[in-house]
Amino acid sequence: MPDDRPIPAIHDMGGIARFHCTPVEHDEAPPDAFGKKVDALRQLLAQKKLMTVDELRRGIESIPEAEYFALGYYERWLRSITALMVEKGIVEKDILP
Amino acid sequence: MSDAPIFAPGAQVRVKDDWPERRGPCHIRTPHYIRGRTGTVVRPLGAFANPEDLAFARPAPKRTLYHVLFEQPPIWNEGKPGDTVMVEVFEHWLERA
Repeated sequence: MPDDRPIPAIHDMGGIARFHCTPVEHDEAPPDAFGKKVDALRQLLAQKKLMTVDELRRGIESIPEAEYFALGYYERWLRSITALMVEKGIVEKDILP
Repeated sequence: MSDAPIFAPGAQVRVKDDWPERRGPCHIRTPHYIRGRTGTVVRPLGAFANPEDLAFARPAPKRTLYHVLFEQPPIWNEGKPGDTVMVEVFEHWLERA
């Protein structure tokens, strides 16, 4: 790959050598209680027309690499949902911990 | 019809060398490894709402999606001659090669 290209965002990992030959995980765990709550929140916000899965995905894909790997699957969702609500002015950044 | 596919099966196309990492806030869903690469249109797949707009909750006009075939070895620096990679790419991310 030419050197003048930007480093792709972390979700865009096809063909990157450090991800070569890693085994496929077949034991995908069902959502735990935290995951179910996050998904319920996402569905509720979608019903209220406050966000879509496409926006959720953009938010997940914009998480910086270091943080991306430190977060769990549904933690990334929650991080994206929070950023979207702040971006839309629905939640004030000041009230976040 | 304005939404008829502009590329026919067999057409040579180049994926626009456009990077969210370079352009700023936007949402391009072409994998990084095919940007700037030339491939062959296999078939149009129909028209779908533009994910680039959906990601920002903007009105999203439908765009034609294609199966585009690329030679694998020059893209990933691996594989044998004849190996290929097929990717779904929207029409507005392609230009005639």
